[in-house]
Amino acid sequence: MASSHISVRKTDNLIRIDFIDRNILDELNIHQIGEEILKAVESEFRPKVVIVFKNVEHMSSAAFGTLMKVNERVKARDGQLRLCQITPRIHEAFVMTKLNRIFSISDTYETAVASFV
Amino acid sequence: MANSVKAFRCEHTLRELREGLERVHPEAEAALAAHGFDDGAKFAIRLAIEEAVVNAFRHGNRSDPKKSVHFRAYIDDTRASFEVEDEGPGFDPATIPDPTEDENLEIPSGRGVMLIKAYMTEVEYVPPGNLLRMTYRKPA
Repeated sequence: MASSHISVRKTDNLIRIDFIDRNILDELNIHQIGEEILKAVESEFRPKVVIVFKNVEHMSSAAFGTLMKVNERVKARDGQLRLCQITPRIHEAFVMTKLNRIFSISDTYETAVASFV
Repeated sequence: MANSVKAFRCEHTLRELREGLERVHPEAEAALAAHGFDDGAKFAIRLAIEEAVVNAFRHGNRSDPKKSVHFRAYIDDTRASFEVEDEGPGFDPATIPDPTEDENLEIPSGRGVMLIKAYMTEVEYVPPGNLLRMTYRKPA
């Protein structure tokens, strides 16, 4: 089995997901990453999920698609998703694609957690 | 200043997506660094190469393992140009829905071509649409 690309920390229904590698959100790994995130989310009811982009240097449209699937799945479980610590270049890609209107993006992990309702 | 590094040229026939990306990304990144492209340019070009090669395999060749993707690159101190050609029937890029329109925003796919056009200086789909030419020019 391929090694994990994410680390998952759970405290009650708060789930923090960190990426381990820098180039993980490209086409080569995104399918496996999506499966790992969905697995972490699906075991919780009303999950509050924070995905931390601290180590991520590259994105692709496939990664956007995976994040949208995760967002749908979290909403289907009556949960909330936040993204944080996105580099300016990747944030620009969110703005360019207008996906900053779909996702709730925070500067820090702490502000992301504080934004849950 | 005159060019101090010889222009980089390469041509590859890619037979499989993963192997293809693992081949072209490091080669392009090394050439871009040698020719003084900054981190923002390298980010943009990597993303465009990724989207172009993925589209060529997935949509152009429709993941047919008997078909290849032809990748050509030219990089000098002023520009980075690429050609990505698949062996499929081609397509009309004008038929792709705009992913930034409100009604398309929540559709998980269809952003690759838009990102290529956003990040590269010049983008051309040569009819019948199975050959993509794209260039990133350093700002003057």
